Amino acid sequence: MSGRGIRGKVAVAGIGETTYYKHGQSPDAEFVLALRAILRAAEDAGISPREIDGFASYANDRNEPSRIAAALGIPDLRFSNMQWGGGGGGVAAAVGNGAAAVAAGLADCVVVYRALAQGQFRRLGAALPDPTVSGDMAYLAPYGALSPAQRFAMQATRFMHDHGVEHGVLRAIAMASYQHAQANPRAVMHGRPLDAETYDNSRWIVEPVNRLFDCCQENDGAAALILVSAERARDLRQPPAYLLAAAQGSDQRRGAPVMNAPDFGSGSFNTVAPRLYEAAGVAPGDIDVVQAYENFTTGVMMAIVEHGFCAAEECNDFFTLENLTAPAGRMPLNTSGGNLAECYMHGLGLQLEAVRQIRGQSCNQVPNARLAMNIAGPMVTPVSSLIMGSEETL
Amino acid sequence: MTTSTYLPAGLPAPLPAVDGLDVPYWEGTRRGELLVQRCGSCGTWQWGPEWLCHRCNTFEMQWQPVDGNGLIYSWQRPWHPAHSVLRDFGPYLVVLVELPAAGSIRMVGNLLGPADQQVVIGAPVEAVFEPHDDAEHPYTLVQWRLTP
Ligand SMILES: [Zn+2]
Repeated sequence: MSGRGIRGKVAVAGIGETTYYKHGQSPDAEFVLALRAILRAAEDAGISPREIDGFASYANDRNEPSRIAAALGIPDLRFSNMQWGGGGGGVAAAVGNGAAAVAAGLADCVVVYRALAQGQFRRLGAALPDPTVSGDMAYLAPYGALSPAQRFAMQATRFMHDHGVEHGVLRAIAMASYQHAQANPRAVMHGRPLDAETYDNSRWIVEPVNRLFDCCQENDGAAALILVSAERARDLRQPPAYLLAAAQGSDQRRGAPVMNAPDFGSGSFNTVAPRLYEAAGVAPGDIDVVQAYENFTTGVMMAIVEHGFCAAEECNDFFTLENLTAPAGRMPLNTSGGNLAECYMHGLGLQLEAVRQIRGQSCNQVPNARLAMNIAGPMVTPVSSLIMGSEETL
Repeated sequence: MTTSTYLPAGLPAPLPAVDGLDVPYWEGTRRGELLVQRCGSCGTWQWGPEWLCHRCNTFEMQWQPVDGNGLIYSWQRPWHPAHSVLRDFGPYLVVLVELPAAGSIRMVGNLLGPADQQVVIGAPVEAVFEPHDDAEHPYTLVQWRLTP
């Protein structure tokens, strides 16, 4: 391929992850988790970890490339990149940033990584303990709009109101993740199935949108994936998962303070998704399997609509457990169990699962999956998404 | 407490930004006046506080009083306590209110009244000033109630 895009120029050659632990249960320091995941990704690719010359992460990962490079004995650190923005909106962007570096020759082997041992730091879902707040939070926190659930709920309330969406949509998304996790021994929720009655009886976190099972877990662990040029990937151990496109950003004034984004009731992908498809040269109907970041099931719903898999008015019919589950569903979703039921590794686990689908190595394999989409961090800004493909999609 | 507030005391208290951006808003609420931003150059309404007009890119944002009549644009009823003072308190109501007379800017507040009341998107509401006189740095929140 020629031209400015990354299509077909870069591939994921290796993936690695630690054991996934419940929040606070990691026996290892967070930095050790990062190292273990990176070493496993190198081993999976069949390369020496010292070949890594670039690092890309997101969400203010605490484990700095210089420290990792020193620990691994990397002789020439060429690329260190952090995607702006908190939360999971940066996952696909971090992969895109790493791929751009490889495509442009800034680095030859970039690892995208994320490590989380939240018990060793401050919890994500807890309110800031500060007695005073300024800026945006001065207009939210005194009203009890504190946690991520409480800061994103009203986008979904408005979307569901505007389009007549019923709560069964969210239940189907949660149940699909839990069903897939039952076949995935890595999943924290392996052996803990979720039925409709349990979902319906679970407590409200934020009414009218988030019940307990609509919210991501908090976990300890780490994940990593290794990007190299397409040529190099073909000589390595695993079937390459080629990057067809990655896109990031958000629509006009998504970051307007205090919930004043013009297109408020959305997942923030209305400008990102069209750019993604155009760069990849594919359409929604071509995608075989979707991994969509669940901070909350509401975000998945809106992101799927904005990526063109169904119209907003079709949600009630489209989002069914049957449609969302592998192997035969119309749009198999979060086939590892995702953030809800595999592990909340800030969405990087979903990227690894997309790679496994392209390789044919998933616990919930979609037969002959050739195109996999990954959607990251709905409702925040910036968000990101990407499309991976097998050799035959190039 | 000498004042009655919708949520229990002890939640994070607002302080004007150290760069001075929103000092007029917080001073206005103490007087019972609702001030929002409007561009002195092109007339665009803007909220929350910003330095620059997003439409004409001039630094002419001014503070303009508004009458506090709004419509419920979205809502939520949090149950899970995200702060220690909310334990054994909830649920409570948070609303996002648009102000049609001010370019449909939106403000966040609590909807006063029973927490279990039915909330209707589009319902008219009016601003109510809720002073927190006993706070270390006294402040006044803008709350909302259904327009009678
Ligand atoms: Zn202006």
